[in-house]
Amino acid sequence: MMPQLKARSGPFTHSRTSVREKMMTVLLALAPAVAFDLWLFGLPAIMLFVVTVSACVAFEALCLKQAGQPVAPTLGDGSAILTGSLLAMSLPPWGPWWIGVLGALIAIPLAKHAYGGIGRNLFNPAMVARVALLVSFPVVMTAWVAPHPLFAAGSPGFSDSLAILFGAAPAAFSVDAVASATPLGFVKTELSRGIAVSQSVASVPGLSDLFFGLRPGSLGETSALLILLGGLVLIWRRIISWHIPATVLATIFVVASLAHWLAPDRFASGTFHLFSGASFLGAFFIATDYVTSPVSKRGQLVFGFGVGLLAWVIRTFAGYPEGMAFAVLLMNALTPIIDQYTRPRILGRDRRGDPLPLREGAR
Amino acid sequence: MKLFPIPGGIHPEYRKTLASEVAISTLPLPERLHVPLQQHIGAAADPLVGVGERVRKGQLIARGRGVVSASQHAPTSGIVVEIGELTAPHPSGLAQPTIVIEADGQDEWAELPPPIEDPFAASPRAIQERVDASGIVGMGGAAFPSAVKLELGNRHALDILLINGAECEPYLTCDDRVMREHATEVIDGARIMAHALRAERVIVAIEDNKPQALAAMQAVAAKVVGDGPSVEVIGVPVQYPMGSERHLVLAVTGRETPAKKLTADVGVVVHNVGTARAVHHAVRFGRPLIARVVTVSGAAIRQPKNVEVPIGTPVSALLDFCSGFASEPASLVLGGPMMGQPLLSLDVPLVKGSSGVLALTREEVNEQPASTCIRCGSCVEVCPCGLVPLEMAAYIRKDKLKEVAALGVTDCMSCGSCSWVCPSHIPLVHYFNYAKGALAAEAREQRKSELVRVRSEAHQARLEKIAAERAAKRGGAGGNAA
Amino acid sequence: MMMDVGSLTAMGVVLGGVLGAAAHFLKVEENPIEAEIKEMLPGSQCGQCGFVGCAQAAAALAKGEAPVTLCPPGGRAVAEALAKKLGVTADLSAVEDPRDEYAEIAESACIGCTKCLQACSVDAIVGAAKQMHGVIPELCHGCRKCIETCPTNAIHMVEVEPTIATWHWPKPDGEAGAADSTHTHH
Repeated sequence: MMPQLKARSGPFTHSRTSVREKMMTVLLALAPAVAFDLWLFGLPAIMLFVVTVSACVAFEALCLKQAGQPVAPTLGDGSAILTGSLLAMSLPPWGPWWIGVLGALIAIPLAKHAYGGIGRNLFNPAMVARVALLVSFPVVMTAWVAPHPLFAAGSPGFSDSLAILFGAAPAAFSVDAVASATPLGFVKTELSRGIAVSQSVASVPGLSDLFFGLRPGSLGETSALLILLGGLVLIWRRIISWHIPATVLATIFVVASLAHWLAPDRFASGTFHLFSGASFLGAFFIATDYVTSPVSKRGQLVFGFGVGLLAWVIRTFAGYPEGMAFAVLLMNALTPIIDQYTRPRILGRDRRGDPLPLREGAR
Repeated sequence: MKLFPIPGGIHPEYRKTLASEVAISTLPLPERLHVPLQQHIGAAADPLVGVGERVRKGQLIARGRGVVSASQHAPTSGIVVEIGELTAPHPSGLAQPTIVIEADGQDEWAELPPPIEDPFAASPRAIQERVDASGIVGMGGAAFPSAVKLELGNRHALDILLINGAECEPYLTCDDRVMREHATEVIDGARIMAHALRAERVIVAIEDNKPQALAAMQAVAAKVVGDGPSVEVIGVPVQYPMGSERHLVLAVTGRETPAKKLTADVGVVVHNVGTARAVHHAVRFGRPLIARVVTVSGAAIRQPKNVEVPIGTPVSALLDFCSGFASEPASLVLGGPMMGQPLLSLDVPLVKGSSGVLALTREEVNEQPASTCIRCGSCVEVCPCGLVPLEMAAYIRKDKLKEVAALGVTDCMSCGSCSWVCPSHIPLVHYFNYAKGALAAEAREQRKSELVRVRSEAHQARLEKIAAERAAKRGGAGGNAA
Repeated sequence: MMMDVGSLTAMGVVLGGVLGAAAHFLKVEENPIEAEIKEMLPGSQCGQCGFVGCAQAAAALAKGEAPVTLCPPGGRAVAEALAKKLGVTADLSAVEDPRDEYAEIAESACIGCTKCLQACSVDAIVGAAKQMHGVIPELCHGCRKCIETCPTNAIHMVEVEPTIATWHWPKPDGEAGAADSTHTHH
């Protein structure tokens, strides 16, 4: 038996990993948090989630076809589903169908394929979509609802949910009836009304509720616990390293605590910042996006610090209550330059690339 | 002993147990042996025999030429039937000058140089000359002439001879078996080399996944008495590419070899265990390097084995000895699966640097079509040289060789860790091999253009001078006439 | 308002003056690009461009009187570099990289006339009158000048074959769907 002999450079063995495996692991790690949030906000949230993810997958297929690239393998890697899920998690849970579709349109064809598809986009597609929607449709995008857990009394049924999805919510579920501010938003509004942070924080859900997620917010802004568990799974499975999430969270916590210590009436505490908003989702699932974050460990530390700092600055001083998406996008823009300045040291060379000097006494 | 961490690295499936428990067997003498004149880094050897001549086992048949070269010896007795261009065990599939010997089956030894009675009383020069005359080259795969490396003691202050028993490549077990079965010979060879290098210490480093080899070597090392250096045998962590010279030196001594320098510049010389054994044979018995142990393994091999083969044995003869293929292999490899070369023909000979012949199934190779880079950074994390493979590959795709040289592609040792870990299955090492070759070709081109420029300027100057002389002559002659 | 207009006028006058002075005092006497272009050419004086030597070709290029694609031994690399230097766009699709070749003299046909010896700009041909000539392949750069001078057509070009020492891995095929040619090339 004479085998087919082919000239190809080694190695002649390969790890069992693939892009698909990596994306699927991220999706699995995200799944508990998604499931919890969908339960918390009921059928309308499930419907919006399905619409958003389907739209992302459909746009991905269209774009690949348009670019003349093979559709099946790339679609099969799961990256569009992941983008769709992250986008859906940053939308208001009872948002209308078109906000999901429009978000998908911004995320996939505009933020991803306009740059050449997977691996080439400069900005995190889901965050580009979220920010574009937030700026364009501020009212829809901040129509937060109080939790309406699935199967609980007062949770909308199928037809009511459909009505909510198509923007014709019955009176009982109209925005005015169910609206509720997110903790970060509430504190910000109260501050602008002259009420000290220390006072307003007292009237938002307690830290444990924030941690477990029983409070208003976009899908992903809730349950910090499940996001944290998912993130730890990613680190354990070596899908991501600890560098970005740890620096993002540590920076937010340290900077916020410092400010809080200096002026408790003006600045919310470190723990409040850590457990409200999208701190955990951003740190573990968004800032760690492979394509748009630095590749070296040192670069990831710089990146994580930047995201944490900017998120706190935007939350505290800018017009929007939550700054995670903006912070990630701003640091995405810096990723190429961070990469350029944080290359690892080459073995046998110093950081400038010159060969190491010989030790004393060597001839 | 305190060890030092090395950067990057991977933990592939080692699959060493396929062959590790099979004792070294000896290949029955093949009918024909193909001895290439170049089996090493450096200049090819000059043939000393002619077609039709009878040679005896161990006879010098080609002499090393120049400083960096190695001699070739007849692996058995027989008739030289051809000296010509035969396919080389090389990924190019090109031919190289080769001496073909038809074995006469008598395996009759030539007259060998006498043993060096007390090597530790002999001069380093005498040992170096014996190693040179025995045609010994590095048997870990790089095949650098060993005598040249033993002369490093003349120019460098060396304190450690490091014997490389890491054998970090998956599948390969030849060094493991040599250490288990011939520990005495390896340790003796190592001590002789240390004497030649004037190094005080010998450290044998073995990856922790070879406990029997570790124990066997330690037992022999403990019994070392008399003149000559003592030997320490240590275990090092299982981490590919621990067996890389620079990395092993770093792990064992904490000394980092500067780029473009040798490990000797930090006081350490590294030799493979097989090389140490060959030195033992050369010094104690006068026997040149004419055989080596080769691991035949992979799931597509019916009977994986460790086989002592005469140099020049065709791969097909070795495969037959291992009962051929169990299934159709997806890849045939000469050497280890990480840094080995593709085998393009079963007729090519096994040479001094051949450590293994692997027949791998589709499942083992796990080759997938490459997809776009997703910038996951895994390659950066595992690169033991501190390079950024994804960035280098991006530049090479656009043929920006100058930029990729600035990023350090020539510091890449093609260990394959980046390609192995890449989720997009991008053939990163292939890109770097291409870039390194293209850069070398460019440098050759540049040297040639410089030569052309200099010579054409000289030519031009000469023509002008001749023309000027002629004009002067003509002018002078004209003046006379008037 | 008057302040603004005044300061802008003043700035305009001063900066304009500086530029004018610079143009006057830092005037470059000759075309500096010519020397730079000469450096970029192979310098083998092969004459395949139609000029006598590389210096003449450089002069013509600097004046824009010769196309950037004029140098066959330079191949695509030199043509591209020249186009970039001169800031011109040229159709380089027809420019081929030179094949690696060397001249070989057929023993039977050589009459030992020494014409090729004189033509060779790198003195790569050895021999004497009435004796067979030979080419040193390592020195020959394949300019083909000798072929034209040979009265008996004894010289032909031989392609340099790769050896194990010069062979290297070819560039790998691109990744599936690798679109780096779609949005970076123009």
